[in-house]
Amino acid sequence: MSFMPYVAPEQLMKDRSDYAHKGIARGRSVIGCEYREGLLFIAENPSATLHKISEIYDRIAFAGVGKYSEFEDLRIAGVRLADIRGYSYGREDVKARDLANAYSQSLSMIFTQQMKPYEVEILVGEVDGGAVGTALYHVLFDGSVTDEHGYIAIGGHAEDLMEELRQRYQEGWDLTTAVKTCVQVLGAPESRTIEPVAIEAGVLDRTRTHRRKFRRLDDDEIARILSG
Amino acid sequence: MTSPDVPGLAGSPFGENPSFVDLLRKARPDALPPASRQPVGELSVPHGTTVLGLKYADGMLMAGDRRATSGNLIADAKMRKVFPADDYSAIAIAGAAGQAVEIVTLFQLELEHYEKITGDRLSLEGKANRLAQMIRGNLPAAMQGLVVVPLFGGFDERLGEGRIFFYDATGGRWEEDDFQTTGSGGMPAKNSLKKRWRPGLSREEAIRVAVEALMDAAEDDSATGGPDPARGIFPNLVAVTASGAEEVPEQEVEAAVAVVVQQRERP
Repeated sequence: MSFMPYVAPEQLMKDRSDYAHKGIARGRSVIGCEYREGLLFIAENPSATLHKISEIYDRIAFAGVGKYSEFEDLRIAGVRLADIRGYSYGREDVKARDLANAYSQSLSMIFTQQMKPYEVEILVGEVDGGAVGTALYHVLFDGSVTDEHGYIAIGGHAEDLMEELRQRYQEGWDLTTAVKTCVQVLGAPESRTIEPVAIEAGVLDRTRTHRRKFRRLDDDEIARILSG
Repeated sequence: MTSPDVPGLAGSPFGENPSFVDLLRKARPDALPPASRQPVGELSVPHGTTVLGLKYADGMLMAGDRRATSGNLIADAKMRKVFPADDYSAIAIAGAAGQAVEIVTLFQLELEHYEKITGDRLSLEGKANRLAQMIRGNLPAAMQGLVVVPLFGGFDERLGEGRIFFYDATGGRWEEDDFQTTGSGGMPAKNSLKKRWRPGLSREEAIRVAVEALMDAAEDDSATGGPDPARGIFPNLVAVTASGAEEVPEQEVEAAVAVVVQQRERP
């Protein structure tokens, strides 16, 4: 018969938390920031098809760092929640806050009850959410949620990036400035220049006439912005 | 130790299911239209009538009149029967109105959900097949009198041309070469198209031909509504081309109606 040796809960949580932190710090970062027309999500991602940044619903987007399979799981769960809610009630009743809460509950459950925590951090962003306006939620592997304003960097060298952004972020900058600055910020901790093809970016553009405000910036557009 | 719960490795389906209808059936079965029901009998429900689709130089055009009938009453004079299904396809419906509009909503969500889950749009062929399965799913309701017969069409990005599909109540699916109509006024509309359609129509000509076919249908079929300029009721049209699916602006439809009316005026 096997038995579990006693481990103090503090120690258990700390071990899990350290484990998740390590996994997240190994990967590359994502930046989410406000710009004049909405929200920009931008990341270094060598793959053109395995996305870190995606659409969830009309005005809501998602970005994840850490272990791909785990944040992909969360993304799909988010799309399902949003589509079912939008169908059952109305399209405008799908809110980023509800998604952030659902993610928070799932991640906290996984953190305390599963063998290993998810090694992920995610961002849920929304534009034009009625009274709330622009919202940007940051959900951690243990389920804690924070409501961010202006800008946020997660994963990889997140702390260095935050320091850099603190100095360079300006309210109301246009898309070109936002993309250019964020690409420089992403390369700053290791003082390198990131190639345009290795940049993944998506925006929630509230000026878009389409019902779905999410738009991916393709390689050509990113190259044009960076060279301009 | 091997886990029997690993998906795909113990005979269960492998990978994420990108279908919204399947998801809804599992998560909110009460929200779906019931698959089987008591005989509708004398229950009279509104019916949408004549819709048509035709190919033209840039792609494909779909049009529908605006009338819904319930027995010999007009249930709605401004019903829309033609909708963009996603950015590159359109769907037009005839049959039991409530059921039909629900199938359109589900179909639009099905395409959007697939696109978001997989990160790719379905091929036009894939969309047409999915719709066939959904119409087949409606068969029990169709047997009770709630028949829904759609037309589906779009721009095939791989082939670089417009395509049109016609369905029957059992989910049977046929691809059309040039044009097709369905609904109560389908026959007069089709006869009209036979005389006026030709390959390579321009956008303006295609709109006129479509409007004229609907006006011909309205003359011969009491369930089809003709244009009513006095109340501002005009057919509703969706064009799908390489640059996407878009509702044809009402001014263009109004202009086409004016031309046809002028041609038919007696001195």
